[in-house]
Amino acid sequence: MPDPPAKPKVALYWCASCGGCEEAVVDLAEGVLSVLNAVDIVFWPVAMDFKRRDVEALADGAIRAALLNGAIRTSEQEEMARLLRRKSQVVVAFGACAQLGGVPSLANQFDREQILDYIYAQSPTVVNDQGARPVSAYREGDRVATLPEFWRTTRALDQVIEVDYYVPGCPPTPKLLGQALATLLSDELPPKGTVLAPDTALCEECPRKDSKPEDLSVKTFKRPHLTPMDAALCFLAQGIVCMGPATRSGCEGLCIQGAMPCTGCFGPTSRVRDQGAKALSALASSVEGKEDREIESALAGIPDPVGTFYRYGLAKSLLRGKVGHLCSDRPESIKTGSMESRL
Amino acid sequence: MGLAKGSPRTGFYICHCGTNIADTVDVDAVRRHAEELPGVVVSCDYKYMCSDPGQELIIQDIKEHRLERVVVAACSPLLHEATFRGAVERGGLNPFLFHMVNIREQDAWVHEDRAQATRKARDLIRAAIRRVAYHRPLERMRVGVNPNTLIIGGGIAGINAALNLSMAGKRVYLVEREPTIGGHMAKYDKTFPTLDCAACILTPKMSAVRDSRNIVLWTYSEVEKIDGYIGNFRVQVRRKPRYVDEETCVGCMQCVDACIYKDARFPSEFELGLKKRKPVYMPFPQAVPPVVAIDPKTCLHFKTGKCKEPCKEACARDSIRFDQREVVEEIEVGQIIVATGFQTFDPARLPQYGYGEFPNVYTSLEIERLVNASGPTGGQVLLRNGQVPQSVGILHCVGSRDENTNRWCSTVCCMTALKLAHLVKEHTGATVYSFYIDMRCTGKGYEEFYDRMMREGVQFVRGRVGEVRDWEMAPEEEGKLVLRVEDTLAGFVRRIPVDLVILAVGMEPRADAEAVQRMLHISRSNDGFFLERHPKLAPVETTTDGVYLAGCCQGPKDIPSAVAQGSAAAAHVLAMISKGHIELEPNTVAVLDDCSGCKTCIPLCPYHALTLNEESKKAQVNLALCKGCGTCAAACPSGSITQNLFEDEQIDAEIEETLAHV
Ligand SMILES: Cc1cc2nc3c(=O)[nH]c(=O)nc-3n(C[C@H](O)[C@H](O)[C@H](O)COP(=O)(O)OP(=O)(O)OC[C@H]3O[C@@H](n4cnc5c(N)ncnc54)[C@H](O)[C@@H]3O)c2cc1C
Ligand code: SF4
Repeated sequence: MPDPPAKPKVALYWCASCGGCEEAVVDLAEGVLSVLNAVDIVFWPVAMDFKRRDVEALADGAIRAALLNGAIRTSEQEEMARLLRRKSQVVVAFGACAQLGGVPSLANQFDREQILDYIYAQSPTVVNDQGARPVSAYREGDRVATLPEFWRTTRALDQVIEVDYYVPGCPPTPKLLGQALATLLSDELPPKGTVLAPDTALCEECPRKDSKPEDLSVKTFKRPHLTPMDAALCFLAQGIVCMGPATRSGCEGLCIQGAMPCTGCFGPTSRVRDQGAKALSALASSVEGKEDREIESALAGIPDPVGTFYRYGLAKSLLRGKVGHLCSDRPESIKTGSMESRL
Repeated sequence: MGLAKGSPRTGFYICHCGTNIADTVDVDAVRRHAEELPGVVVSCDYKYMCSDPGQELIIQDIKEHRLERVVVAACSPLLHEATFRGAVERGGLNPFLFHMVNIREQDAWVHEDRAQATRKARDLIRAAIRRVAYHRPLERMRVGVNPNTLIIGGGIAGINAALNLSMAGKRVYLVEREPTIGGHMAKYDKTFPTLDCAACILTPKMSAVRDSRNIVLWTYSEVEKIDGYIGNFRVQVRRKPRYVDEETCVGCMQCVDACIYKDARFPSEFELGLKKRKPVYMPFPQAVPPVVAIDPKTCLHFKTGKCKEPCKEACARDSIRFDQREVVEEIEVGQIIVATGFQTFDPARLPQYGYGEFPNVYTSLEIERLVNASGPTGGQVLLRNGQVPQSVGILHCVGSRDENTNRWCSTVCCMTALKLAHLVKEHTGATVYSFYIDMRCTGKGYEEFYDRMMREGVQFVRGRVGEVRDWEMAPEEEGKLVLRVEDTLAGFVRRIPVDLVILAVGMEPRADAEAVQRMLHISRSNDGFFLERHPKLAPVETTTDGVYLAGCCQGPKDIPSAVAQGSAAAAHVLAMISKGHIELEPNTVAVLDDCSGCKTCIPLCPYHALTLNEESKKAQVNLALCKGCGTCAAACPSGSITQNLFEDEQIDAEIEETLAHV
């Protein structure tokens, strides 16, 4: 049965992502049906059989809203992002990777060659006797097989195209998604650039908030999998790094309710430019020791600061990553050494 | 980062500072550069922007060109920010829509290359012009001033400040650690250079303190805790029990006479151990308050619980109170004067002078007691064996001007040494030698006093004494203390035998200076004395508003200077009380409604300005306490604290523009 023409067209697409954001849409459960009734989905490669040429065939601006998840790492992702931008009135960066670069942007600590080296040669589980490497075009006889280019860095969506709104989360909760769709389909759109979630930090809605002492005086940071945890006490009070104070609320403390600290996937509030730096300065000022030795031993509990404080936002951080500083003519040992210790 | 909001109409002014800036920075080039920048409608240079005509330029332009922002590139904001804000305000613009760029200390004075310095000036002023666009109008806050004053320390400096304030009808809490006020001066017989009797000039002032209705005198007490800020301090004072009712005791001394100890057995603190006292005692006859004290460490009642307590019986006014307890008084004051004085250098740290080893080596302070008519010997200067000394050596600079002890000159010990030379000579007729490095007699009438001593026949030897020993190398040295000294005028080493040695000990910060410093949030200079706000222009103020210094706690000085400082501090206090309120600069922080209540900021504030509002569960700031240091704003993990004049947009704009072409 053809949809009545009045229904707004919606596109969904994924770039460098794990697929979790797609799951979030499916997680709407019965809610999906009402969404499907309200809109006309014109593109959703995960769930429906559309082709790129279907999108190309649409008039520019024909799509009411395109929801893109995932970061931009390859030439194909960039092309699709640009195409959808052209065809859509509103583009939404959906989920942490599109909004902030996400976990894939942690790769910005290494340059492209280091990454390929590791994945195709050094990783302990790799068997690649021929030393094969991906190439962008491969010719056999008269057939040419192509692969997208693997760019030097991972970028958030708004570092590639103009983005109108953001839905945070890794992945966004069904509730936020539902609210976002309702907002996007309404007549009153929020100001461009709005993150469609509350603008306070997670502590505000945290069930453990009251148990947080005024003075943390952290002696050592502990890692969740290495320490018995109190089920009701603020994680920071237990010396476990929780990104809650530096992370936008709106998830309703899902991880906390699952007895795990916040890892920061909702990104910073609108007033903060660099979530990791903020979390770091807040936590660093809560360390009890003032001597170098005491500080070092406290920090020993955070073996991977970048992965801890910038897990979802390295691409959008002030420093953006380390690529460019780690030039490729560095001694091999340094390159692989740092790579090994981080992966 | 977004662009400046539509670029407000900005006036830019660059100062030559005579040649201070213009010599190194091409002022005209910078002015022309500014002209081209977005929003700049006036760009102007002038020889002295801080002069009246300079300020008038700004005032006129604001009116004529309807300026919305003003930027001045000149010297340090510390010097003239207030000046230019004043001009902006007089021009009719909110004074905080202004920004100052320091191109003198931070550019002209630290660079030599004119082209580079000019480029730097261009970068800095571009940044300021971009930044000032983000400034918002701010209002100063007013808070009332509590008219009561706390004075810590009842030496001559504290006494004088207290009397000045009480004369003006203001309430003073004078807190003194010892059982009596008076400080060091109460120990002296005569004061240089006039040789007037110390007691005759000091005790009337002490009595005036006792009699003043405006002065609450708490002796034997110490300040324990201070919270708050100028105009509104909350203070806790711990009053130690003296086991005597201060209200009823009149100092008749019946109890002292009656004490179970028939003889005085314990070293008197006031007499520096040169005399003994009983467990119940009065430090000295003119003590204020004239109230005895019982020392629980020596009193039999406290030591054994088995004393017939004849003191109690002897007291006609029932003033002995063995059950007295320590009391903590809580008071509120608007301002605080610190007058905790000094301590003398302990010469045991210089074993070569034999203090503590040879009984006839004394400190100058001890000799002050010996020459004192009411002192332990009734004014006789005697050797420990009771004989009158025939010869006396006075050593200057003991524990002063010496890398191994204290590097500073204690300023009064030359004069003290001369005074004691005179007094000892007068009392004993002995030959007096004075061993000095340089004679420092710089006060009014001081050099004349030195002249007089030369005429009186004091033997001056220029040289630092190497050691004081008791072994003789010649018959005339037998039984004497021999001073070995290089006489730098004569050019050879001399051995001078004397009967008595006086060490003119220097002045040091009190042993508890650090604790007092912390309690008051003030600073100390390298020598350990409390630090004044400005060494020339603010010698009694401190970096903490509402806290002032008087007397030797700020550095060695003589009585006239200590008195003058006491009065100066009182004048500051009175000025603030008459004004009635303080204006707080609005460079404070604000906690936004978006605060999540994570409490990160609360323990970080060095001024305790942040608390958690129990109802809203959000942080709140006490603006009167906030000094705008920005610690909390930097640490707030959700960016919910903003700092006036240092908002993210302002700083970002400034950084971006400064680095624009790097
Ligand atoms: C041997 C000697 C002789 C001198 N002779 C002369 C002279 O003839 N003429 C002259 O002009 N100058 C003379 N001076 C200098 C003179 O002593 C000082 O200038 C003067 O005493 C300084 O007074 P002050 O009030 O600052 O300090 P102080 O006299 O030291 O008084 C400070 C008071 O504060 C009290 N106090 C300290 N800490 C605390 C605390 N934490 N809480 C409560 N109370 C506290 C002390 O008990 C003391 O009573 C002489 C100095 C010396 C060492
Ligand atoms: S005043 Fe005289 S004795 Fe005292 S330290 Fe200075 S020079 Fe030495």
